[in-house]
Amino acid sequence: MSQNISVNVHHLTRVEGHGNIVVDVRNGKIEKMQWQVPEAPRFFEAMVRGRHYTEVARITSRICGICSIGHTLASVKATENALGIQITPQTFKLRTIIKHAENFDSHVLHIYFLVAPDLFGAPSVFPLVPTHTEVVVRALRMKRLGHEWGSLLGGRTTHPNRVIPGGFAEYPTEAELKNLKQRLINLQPDLDATVQTVLSVADKVPSFERPTEYMALSSDTEYALYDGVIQTVMPDGTKQRWPVAEYRSCTNEYVVPQSTAKYAKNKMGSYMAGALARFNNNYGLLHPEAKKLAEALKFKPLCFNPYMNSVAQLVEVVHSVKDSIRLLDEVLDAGYRPEDLAKPTKSGRGQGAVEVPRGILFHDYGYDNNGMCTGGNCIIPTNQNHGNIQLDLEALVPKLLAAKKDERAIELGLEMLVRAYDPCISCSTHYLKVEFKR
Amino acid sequence: MSAKRKVKVAFFDFTCCEGCQVELTNLSDPIFVGLLDHIEFVEFREVMKERTTEPIDIAFIEGSFTRESDRARLEDIRKRASIVIAYGACAATAGINAMKNHTTDYKEFVYGKDASMPHLETQKALPVSAAIKVDYALHGCPMDRAEFVRVVSHLLHGKQPVIPNYPVCVECKMRETVCRYDLNDHCLGLVARAGCGAPCPADGIPCEACRGFWDHPNEEAIEEILVSKGGLPAERAKEKSRMFTATMRRDAQ
Repeated sequence: MSQNISVNVHHLTRVEGHGNIVVDVRNGKIEKMQWQVPEAPRFFEAMVRGRHYTEVARITSRICGICSIGHTLASVKATENALGIQITPQTFKLRTIIKHAENFDSHVLHIYFLVAPDLFGAPSVFPLVPTHTEVVVRALRMKRLGHEWGSLLGGRTTHPNRVIPGGFAEYPTEAELKNLKQRLINLQPDLDATVQTVLSVADKVPSFERPTEYMALSSDTEYALYDGVIQTVMPDGTKQRWPVAEYRSCTNEYVVPQSTAKYAKNKMGSYMAGALARFNNNYGLLHPEAKKLAEALKFKPLCFNPYMNSVAQLVEVVHSVKDSIRLLDEVLDAGYRPEDLAKPTKSGRGQGAVEVPRGILFHDYGYDNNGMCTGGNCIIPTNQNHGNIQLDLEALVPKLLAAKKDERAIELGLEMLVRAYDPCISCSTHYLKVEFKR
Repeated sequence: MSAKRKVKVAFFDFTCCEGCQVELTNLSDPIFVGLLDHIEFVEFREVMKERTTEPIDIAFIEGSFTRESDRARLEDIRKRASIVIAYGACAATAGINAMKNHTTDYKEFVYGKDASMPHLETQKALPVSAAIKVDYALHGCPMDRAEFVRVVSHLLHGKQPVIPNYPVCVECKMRETVCRYDLNDHCLGLVARAGCGAPCPADGIPCEACRGFWDHPNEEAIEEILVSKGGLPAERAKEKSRMFTATMRRDAQ
């Protein structure tokens, strides 16, 4: 048949925020293929100007409800760098543990609630409640644990209130940390069951490859989530690093007419950020148990299949649990105790980067001598992925057409591709401005 | 409502971070699965592909009204829903989105030469009630999960939900949290609407009034107290409450 295909997914479902997929094929020729982002812009830049440094993370946390822990961490790191605040080794470790909590929590949400329905052939998780009760209850139980794990350190997980410049405003007790460690150890059956659930539908993960550049935080000592330098790996395996302060030179944001979110690129036409980018950059530093899982899934770097991002998230779920157990042991063995806040020693400008569930996140602020914010900039993982999503869709549609897929199958394949990126669209239209006023 | 028919519930989102929707997934398995015995989600874009054009019993609307082009969608929801609830600070008071409302240069400052591109349309951030009639508001950034369950439960039983209308200070006293002002800090709890259980002062940070003002805030007094007891410079004291109550301040535009 001579193909006429029209896909118009207005407000893609089971993603955070609003995105559209528009495909127009006439007589087998692609007339239009667009990933559109109509999310309402929010102008966070106008909000942080003139605010005190102690308030800035509280404001920019509100960029995103799913990764507000990551925004808070990136924000306080940038502020601490700007103001010369030196955090303690204990703070560093506790923040790494809460970063693990967020990635675990968000990955569980994404794998079970947003991706799994496609693999089980359901429109959402709700029809699965009667048919797959055990899986849904397990998902909610794990989600709740992720929430309690993050809340123990952050006060809560949506806009955490305890993480502030200089350290923590309040601390859990030693007994509570020990209890958390035990709960993470006790999670093993749920982890095993999750792996089994994913294995049972693994053959439903579409095969599609498009080599691209992958960007992630990287470190010589750990699988970087809370701290590191910028690194990319090219399709030929070449790696290059940049200091976080130079983030603009490798993100190069630009405006496109179909999107209220900015796009980004580095050495190629686009790059990918997120779990798969971290896996491709930092595989060697994963916890042995996480590597064992990857090996069992025959999943190894470099992997060029963006649908495998959800599988990389599963590997990271295991890593975050195991690495947190290790860190909790270290914190407890070193004589855990509440610490006073580290204080500012200067004013000026500073950057901070963390790996949020969807990829590398940059915050950048300037402060005057009174600690008041003079300007800010944030670059969000989903912004960085928009360009890569567009190029993936452009490569995927001809393949689906060649395979004689019908309109419905094409629509589902494209939706699943965008969902695999776990886009966080509210985030990407946050609009923090690039300019600094002194 | 008959005992057998489940109440049809839908969630919609406008300008926001969707964190209040995420909070639902933190309800824990017994509460969430228990809710499903009584309610049926008929539309919830963040987690469901299913959509409906049918009447809805309770519509929860998250996010602020920031684009004239969103008005028609809001009116359609109002037309289909028996009860509309502003869900979270962005919907209830415009929340943090309204921090930009007193400035005029935000669009040019952010977009520069591209500011006039049609798809970048925006206006001052307003609560959902600026576009349509709202029956109840679940305040807070994020909204409080326990309050959500309580309000839904009241509605299921045909009761009128009661939203607290007294300052956060009351809840700090009830849980015996030491006042931030006695710890050389400052706080907006004196003018902030309670109902959250006052977690922030207990966690070592000031209340930022994320639930908005209660109905009788003494704005002159809080500015004075922020200076005299909180040690804030006068200019900062004046701007302090803009974070979550910009549309409720006496200088709101």
